[in-house]
Amino acid sequence: MTAFKSFAFAAATSLAALVAASPASAVEIEYWQYIFDARIKAMDVLIENFQKANPDITVKQSTFPYADYRTKVAAAIPAGEGPDVVQLFYGWLNDYVEADLIQPLPAANFPADKIEAEFFPMVRAMKIDGNYMALPTAVRSLALFYNKRMFAEAGIEAPPANLDELVDMAAKMTTKDGAGNITAEGLTSGMTAQDHHWWREVLLRQFGGTPYSEDSKTVTYNTEAGVKALQFYADLEAKHGVTKSTFMDEPQAAFKAGRAGMHIDGSFRIGALKDTRGLDWGVAELPAGPDGTKSNYASYWVNAITSKAEGEKYEASVKFMEYITSDEAMQIWLDTVGELPAKPSAAMTEANLADPVFGPFVAGLGYAQTTVFADESGQRQVLVDAVSRMFLEGQSAADALAAAATAEQAILDGYYKK
Amino acid sequence: MKRYRNLSIRQKQVVWAWGFLALPILFYVVIRFYPTFNAIVLSFQSWNLLGPREWVGLENYVKLWHDPVFWKVFRNTFVYLILGTPISLVLSFVIAYQLDKTRLLHGTLRALYFLPFLTSTVAMAWVWRWFYQPVPIGLFNNFLASLGFAQVNFLNSTSNALPSILIPAIWAGLGFQIIIFMAGLRAIPTSYYEAARIDGVSGWTILWEITLPLLKPTIVFLVVFSSIGFLRIFDQVFNMTTNNPGGPLDSTKPLVLMIYQTAFSSFDMGYAAAQTVVLFAILLTVSLVQLRILREKP
Repeated sequence: MTAFKSFAFAAATSLAALVAASPASAVEIEYWQYIFDARIKAMDVLIENFQKANPDITVKQSTFPYADYRTKVAAAIPAGEGPDVVQLFYGWLNDYVEADLIQPLPAANFPADKIEAEFFPMVRAMKIDGNYMALPTAVRSLALFYNKRMFAEAGIEAPPANLDELVDMAAKMTTKDGAGNITAEGLTSGMTAQDHHWWREVLLRQFGGTPYSEDSKTVTYNTEAGVKALQFYADLEAKHGVTKSTFMDEPQAAFKAGRAGMHIDGSFRIGALKDTRGLDWGVAELPAGPDGTKSNYASYWVNAITSKAEGEKYEASVKFMEYITSDEAMQIWLDTVGELPAKPSAAMTEANLADPVFGPFVAGLGYAQTTVFADESGQRQVLVDAVSRMFLEGQSAADALAAAATAEQAILDGYYKK
Repeated sequence: MKRYRNLSIRQKQVVWAWGFLALPILFYVVIRFYPTFNAIVLSFQSWNLLGPREWVGLENYVKLWHDPVFWKVFRNTFVYLILGTPISLVLSFVIAYQLDKTRLLHGTLRALYFLPFLTSTVAMAWVWRWFYQPVPIGLFNNFLASLGFAQVNFLNSTSNALPSILIPAIWAGLGFQIIIFMAGLRAIPTSYYEAARIDGVSGWTILWEITLPLLKPTIVFLVVFSSIGFLRIFDQVFNMTTNNPGGPLDSTKPLVLMIYQTAFSSFDMGYAAAQTVVLFAILLTVSLVQLRILREKP
């Protein structure tokens, strides 16, 4: 019994010593993101570096499954629990701002003109009433993946520079069986994958159109340029026969299996392709438009300070935000996750531009656009349905596009009237 | 405590009985009735999961009434029901009826029919999804192509997609229905059949006059059970059309999938709740009507 008593006493004293040993000024802030292994690993590295530089601050990272993430954040912050710094998809910003879940970044530490000078222009979507609400560490853009073996077999030397070359090369690589069924496609397609971004922010602009009004509240693609862009996209399958949207179930599956010559996808696909044995692939910038216009689509996850952070936790959160939006953090992110730095100064380095895999994505960032979505999957569905109506119901491009514009405008109206 | 001691044995038994019964009742109130009630309240509100809930009156229901997608989805849901329930019941009855007479490999055959019911719906849906693909990966289309026939667009077609999804759904539920039918068949006293045979009645008459009427409780149970199943169909559709959920052009979308998308990709919780209330009403009505019709005495 005495042994137990002395053990308990010893335990109590050592516990007290532990508590006393930590500095009085220690602040612990919490960081939340959803579960994505590479990002958690990268954030662990960033937190370690940050804590080394700021010994009085500890950052605790908590992660949740994607499906629960939004509910958890929404329930925790108003209750004064949960994260001080939180990660969210750029498309959710309006929702978070309206629900008072996040607060503006302090203008003293994050002046708008400095952000605009240093970050890629697409980050401007994060500015509300002159204040920046959130900033990304990394961004993602599109590029053209190509199968080097199929290129060599078709005698093609360089990836396509423009849309005409894209169609020509795709035709050379497409093979069909005796009944005319595609057995290997020149180019993958599928509005359900990344093609809706390619159409909206790239093809449409290359044919002279714009997807939305300046404030993103009005659909502006129901024009002659829009019809031309949609016709071009549909013709890839219907007229040129160089692709089939249902081929091998999913576009990336066809490319991974070595049955597709070219594939437009995001930088997040790099990891999966690197692990594919026997596939010899390269990356190129997206082909330019008929008049040489280059465009790209970028999306990103941002970090923001929540409305829960106050006093010294707020100060610590600001410091943490400053660190995770620094050039150093961005390079760590690129090396660990494969997502591209959000600042030209960190992204457009010679090493990154010369990188055969990252280079084309980084170059694409220079002229990338961002869509301010109200409901990304709903807005994607509108374009998916437009192409379905053309293929399955024989609708003309003009009618399909007009119906799409009406449907998408209804989504935007419903969202912004709140 | 003192009050308890003064109770009679009978009263004590009542107290204990209610003590035990309170547990499931509490469970039901917290896990079932409260969320149901909450969903009904939510259907009159606007909520995106993040901000506060706002009262909007009947707006969600008005929107639903004018939503063309809803009516299409409504139609699809009933097509699943109207095709699925009778086909699966007739099939499973025929199989059970024949299986009941079979001695050879009886256990093996029964196990084979029951196996799909044990398989995870998601895995099954994906396997069927790949079966349906165009060449070069689709089993059915490769077979057709090798015989020189044109490919069939199973899933990428507004007319073929729904039946294509319904087939594996029926197949998966068959095993369960067969087992229940067989149990029902076994429960019919053999003396009826013996009496009929002595009277020299034809096999057809035995089926219509003895077997089916005496199977009525089984049929009622299976009709209600499978109707609710088809009205709530989700897994098969979602997994076979993940690229374009419920597509193409909403031709395969059931109500549950629409609810799921409204709630968890558009984050329009109030609208989703209104759809849920409609689904609840449909399920309730269909079940009550079926129970009433099928329970009527001949």
